[in-house]
Amino acid sequence: MIKIENLHANIDGKEILKGLNLEVNAGEVHAIMGPNGAGKSTLASILAGKEDYEVTAGSVTFEGKNLLELETDERAKEGLFLAFQYPVEIPGVSNINFLRTALNEKREYHGQEPISAKEFMEMVREKSKLVELDPKLASRSVNEGFSGGEKKRNEIFQMAMLEPKLSILDETDSGLDIDALRIVAGGVNALKSKDNATIVITHYQRLLDYIVPDFVHVLFDGKIVKSGPKELALELEEKGYDWIKAEFA
Amino acid sequence: MANYTENELAKDLENQEYKFGFTTNIESDKAPKGLNEDIIRFISAKKNEPEWLLEFRLNAFRIWKEMTEPEWAHVQYEKPDFQDITYYAAPKQTKKYESWDDVDPEMKETMTKLGISLEEQKRLTGVAVDFVMDSVSVATSFKAKLKELGIVFCSFSEAVQEYPDLVREHMGTVVPTTDNFYAALNSAVFTDGSFCYIPKGVKCPMELSTYFRINEAGTGQFERTLVIADEGAYVSYLEGCTAPQRDENQLHAAVVELIAKDNAEIKYSTVQNWFPGDKEGKGGVFNFVTKRGICGTNSKISWTQVETGSAVTWKYPSCILKGDNSVGEFYSVAVTNNFQQADTGTKMIHLGKNTKSTIISKGISAGKSQNSYRGLVQIHKNADNARNFSQCDSLLMTDTCGAHTFPYIECKNPTAKIEHEATTSKIGEDQIFYCLQRGISEEKAISLIVNGYCKEVLNQLPMEFAVEAQKLLTISLEGSVG
Amino acid sequence: MSFTKNLSISPFVSAELAEKAKSALEATPWPTTRMEHWKYTRVAKLQKLNFADHTGTLANKEQYIIDPDYPTVFFVNGHFIASESDLNTLDNAISVKVLSEEKIKIDQSSLTIDDELFNALNTAYLTDGIEVNVSKKSTGGKLQIIHVLSGDTAISNFKTIINIEDFAEFDVIQGFFSEQGAVNCFANVSTEIKAGINSTVTINKFQYEDEACFHINTEVVEQEKDSHFTINTITLNGGLVRNNLKIDVNGENATTNLYGAYVLKGKQHVDNHTVVDHKVANCYSNELYKGVMDENSTAVFNGKVFVRPDAQKINAFQSNGNVLLSGDATINSKPELEIYADDVKCSHGSTTGQLDDDAIFYLEARGISKPKAMALLVSAFVGEAFDKIENEHVQGFIHQKLHERFNWQF
Ligand SMILES: Nc1ncnc2c1ncn2[C@@H]1O[C@H](COP(=O)(O)OP(=O)(O)OP(=O)(O)O)[C@@H](O)[C@H]1O
Ligand SMILES: [Mg+2]
Repeated sequence: MIKIENLHANIDGKEILKGLNLEVNAGEVHAIMGPNGAGKSTLASILAGKEDYEVTAGSVTFEGKNLLELETDERAKEGLFLAFQYPVEIPGVSNINFLRTALNEKREYHGQEPISAKEFMEMVREKSKLVELDPKLASRSVNEGFSGGEKKRNEIFQMAMLEPKLSILDETDSGLDIDALRIVAGGVNALKSKDNATIVITHYQRLLDYIVPDFVHVLFDGKIVKSGPKELALELEEKGYDWIKAEFA
Repeated sequence: MANYTENELAKDLENQEYKFGFTTNIESDKAPKGLNEDIIRFISAKKNEPEWLLEFRLNAFRIWKEMTEPEWAHVQYEKPDFQDITYYAAPKQTKKYESWDDVDPEMKETMTKLGISLEEQKRLTGVAVDFVMDSVSVATSFKAKLKELGIVFCSFSEAVQEYPDLVREHMGTVVPTTDNFYAALNSAVFTDGSFCYIPKGVKCPMELSTYFRINEAGTGQFERTLVIADEGAYVSYLEGCTAPQRDENQLHAAVVELIAKDNAEIKYSTVQNWFPGDKEGKGGVFNFVTKRGICGTNSKISWTQVETGSAVTWKYPSCILKGDNSVGEFYSVAVTNNFQQADTGTKMIHLGKNTKSTIISKGISAGKSQNSYRGLVQIHKNADNARNFSQCDSLLMTDTCGAHTFPYIECKNPTAKIEHEATTSKIGEDQIFYCLQRGISEEKAISLIVNGYCKEVLNQLPMEFAVEAQKLLTISLEGSVG
Repeated sequence: MSFTKNLSISPFVSAELAEKAKSALEATPWPTTRMEHWKYTRVAKLQKLNFADHTGTLANKEQYIIDPDYPTVFFVNGHFIASESDLNTLDNAISVKVLSEEKIKIDQSSLTIDDELFNALNTAYLTDGIEVNVSKKSTGGKLQIIHVLSGDTAISNFKTIINIEDFAEFDVIQGFFSEQGAVNCFANVSTEIKAGINSTVTINKFQYEDEACFHINTEVVEQEKDSHFTINTITLNGGLVRNNLKIDVNGENATTNLYGAYVLKGKQHVDNHTVVDHKVANCYSNELYKGVMDENSTAVFNGKVFVRPDAQKINAFQSNGNVLLSGDATINSKPELEIYADDVKCSHGSTTGQLDDDAIFYLEARGISKPKAMALLVSAFVGEAFDKIENEHVQGFIHQKLHERFNWQF
C-alpha cells in the first residue's frame, strides 16, 4: 500500500527525519511509538503533504504512485487520511457541509456522480453511530467548541465517511477517557478490512489493547530504529525509551 | 384586485415610458454636461415635478456649491469633475447590446456560475428581449397582492406624481440635504429611485425587491430611495442583485432614507456588485452612498449588506435610534480584491432610552485592495440603558492588501454598556490544510472558510439571496490567495 | 501670533532648528475639533492666554518625590532647581546633562514639528531640557524627573532626550505637579527616547497638576531590535491633559507595552493618543488603558496600531475600558488598526459600562457602605492597569494620591 524509503526531511533548515523506512501492506495495522519530538507527527504531516516541510531525500510510493508529487488534496482523494493530533476549528462551516464537499470532491475525482442528499444523510446517521457521535455535532461548525474527546471522535467519524485506503491516526487516543477510547478504537476496528491499512501513532500501549497492531515500530531521532510484534509495545511501556536512547543515540 | 391582468401591466409599462415623455428624439432629451441651476430646472421640468420639489433641488444645489468633497475616508481616487457629468439623460430606448453575442463572455460566465437562468441573464444585461414571461407573471400577481394590502411600491418619480404628500412629508427628514457633499448633490440632481410605503399594521408578506420592478432595468446614477413603515408595519426590502452590473456612469451617489414609525420594522438588504474595475485597477464605479434610517418607539431597523463591487465604496448605513426601546442592526460583509477600496461601516446614534444596537462587520481583503471599517457608536446623554455590541473582523488574503478598523465610540451616559471588539488576521493556513487533507481543493477550501467566516451576516439575508451571495463571495475571491 | 508674544526664542536650540520650528509654528493652524487629530479635544482656550516664561521656587520638594530611592532632578516651570536636585547618586554609566547648566544647544530633534503646533512651540521656545545617556550594557540605571508648575500663566517648554545604548537597562520616573495656587500654567513637554539593541526601558509617568493647569506631552520612541519598552501613564489630575505617544518599532523582535490609567473628576479633560508603528516583522505590542470618569470630566482614548507592508508576524493587542460614574461625564474611545501585512494577529477591544450593580449589592450586603463599595470596585477596575507597574513606590504613591483626591482606600 505504502512504501517509504530513506526519507529525509527538514523544517526551517533543521533535519527532523533522517532516513526513515517503512512499508505497510493492505490489511495491516502498524503502530509507531517514540519519545516526544522524535518526528512522529512530522512523518504524518509529510505523508499528508504539509508544505512547511522540505523532503531532501528518499521516496514514498502510495498505491504505485509517487506520493510526494501529489498535492495534499490529491493524496486525500487517492485515499490517504490523517486523523490530526490537534484538529482545527473552522467557524461557520458546518460539519455536514464540510463532509459533503469533501465526499463529492472525491467522487468527482474518481469520475462518480455527486452523492444524493438522501443517501448522504443516511450515511451520516449510520457512521455517526459507529463512533457514538451526537448527531447534533454533525450540524455544528467543524470542531468549533468541541471537547477534546469530541474532536477525536469527529476525526474517526470523518474517516468513516471518507472511507480511506490508508489512515494515519496521530495520537488519536491522547486525551480520551477509557470509554471514549473504546468507542474510537471500536470505530477504527469496524472500518478495518483486507483492502485498507492503518498507521497508529501513540504513546500508550493501552490503545493497542483495542487496536491490535500487526507490527510495532519505534521512531527515534528521525529513524525507525526498532520493529517488532505487538509485544514490543508492552516492553516499551515497561522500560521507557531510555534503553532505546542509550542504544541508538 | 384579481382582475389586474397582464394587459393592464402592459399598459402600466407603456405609461411608464410615456411618463418619461421621451418617445421622440432621444438626443434632444439629454441635458448638456455640467451642473447649474438651469440644468436642475431642466431635470425638474422633464420630470414634471411640483414646485416644492424644484425648490428642494435648488436649495440642495446652493448648499452643495458651498461644500467640499470629504477627504477623511481611507480611500484614494481621482476626484470626479462635476462639470463633466451629464446629469440628465432620458432612459435609454436603445438596447445596451445588440445581441446576446455582444455581451462580455466573462460576465456571462460569472452569471452562469451564480446560477442565473439564461433568460434572466439577458434581462440583466439589458439585451433587448421580449419580457421574460415568467417575470411578468410574477410581477403581476405580485403587484396585485401589494395593492390589496395598500402597500405602495413604485418608482420615486411615480410616487412624486401619485403620492406627493407622502413624499413631501418624509423626504429629506432622515438624510437632510445638508448632511454631506454627496447627499446634497443627490438631493439636487437625483433622477429616480424607489418609493415604498407600508400602511399601519401591515406586514408586507413578501420581500420587496428592486429586482422585480422589471420596468426599471438599470439603476440611475443618482438614485433616491424612501421606505416608510407606518406604525406597526413590517417590510423586508432587497436592493441590488448579485449579477455583475456594468454601467458607463463612474459616479454613483445614492441616498436611501428609511422611516420606521412606532412598533414598525424595516429590514433592508443590499447586495452590491457594481463593476469593480479591471485587474489593473482601471475603471470601476465610485459608490458614494448615504443610507440612514430613523426609528420610532419600539421599532427596529436592520441593515444587511454584502459589498463585493465598485472601485471605491464610501458607505455607512446608519440608524438613528430616536424612539425608546428601538433597535438598530448592521450586518456587513465587504470584499475587496485587486485595486478596490472600500471604506464602509455604520453609525448607531442612541437617543432614546433602552435602545440597542448590534454591529457585525466582516471585511475580506485580497489582491492590492484596501478595506476599512469605519463606525460610530454615539450614546447621547438621555439614552439611559443603551446597549451596543460591535464585532469587526478582518481577514487578509494577501500580503499586498490592507485591512483597517476605525471605530468611534462616544458615550455621554453612565448607564450605557458598549462593547467593541475587532480582530485582524490572515486566513488560517491550518484550516486550509485540514480541508486539503480531506480532499477538498484549495479554491473550495477558501470558499468554505470565507463563507463560514461570514456566516453571521449571510444568515441575515433572505434565503435565495443568501445562496447567491455565497456564490458571489467565492467568485469575488477567485484566484486571490497569495 | 499673540500667543507667543511674551516668549523669546530659546537659547538652547541651534538658530537653525529654532528658525525651522518658528516657521512651522507660524504655518500651522490652531487645532480645532474639525481636525481628526483634535476631534475630541478643544485647545481654543490656550490660544487666548499669554503664557510667559517664569522662574519659581520649591517650598516643599518632599511631597513630589515618588520614589525616594531614585536620583532626582527638579524643574519649576521648566527651570532647573540645582539646589534641590541630586545627581550625586547617579551611576557612572549614566550621564545627565541639563542644557542650561552645560550651555548645550540642541541641533536636532526627532519630534515632528510640521503641522504639530505644540511640538513646534516646544522646540522654538524651549525653556530648558536634559540629555541623558545610558551607556552600553549598564544595568540598574534610574532617574526621577520632577516637574512643578507654579504661578500664573507660566509655560514650561521642556525636552527630555534619552539615549539608551545597546543592552542597557533604564528606568525613568516622570512626575508632573503644580504648586498650590498655580493657575493657567501650561506644561508643554516632550520626551525623545532611543532604545538601543536589546535594551530595556521603563517609564512611569505620573500626572497630577491642578485642574487649573494645562498639560500637553509628546513622547517619541524609537526601538531597535530585541528591545523592550514599557510606559505607564497615570493621570489623576490636571485640567486639560493631552498625551501623544508615538512608538516607532524599527527593529525586529521588539516588545512594546503601553499601559495607562486615568481617574477623573471635576471638569477634567484627559486625552491619550497613542501610535504604535510596526515597521518590521516579528514584534509584539500590547496596550491597555483603563479609565474612570466622574462629575463633568471627559476622557479621550485614541490608540492606533500600524502594521506596515512586510512587517509580518506581528502580534498587536489593544484594549480600552471605561466606566462613567456620572451623567455628565463623557468618554470618546477610538481604537484603530491600520494593517498592510497579512500574517499578523491584531485585535482591539473597547468597553464602556458602569459598575456592576450586583457586585455593589453584594458588597453592601456584606456591610460595606455604598461609596466604599463603589470605590472598591472602581479601584479593582482601574487596578488592572496599575498592576502593570512593577515599582512598588510608584504604586504606593498612586494609592496615596487616589486617597487624597478621591478618598479611596485600597
Ligand atoms: N516549525 C518547526 N521548526 C523547528 N522545529 C520544528 C518545527 N516543527 C517541529 N519541529 C521539531 O521537530 C521535531 C519533531 O516534532 P514532531 O511533532 O514530529 O514530534 P512527535 O514525535 O510527534 O512528538 P510528540 O510525541 O510530542 O507528538 C521536534 O523536535 C520539534 O520541535
Ligand atoms: Mg506528535
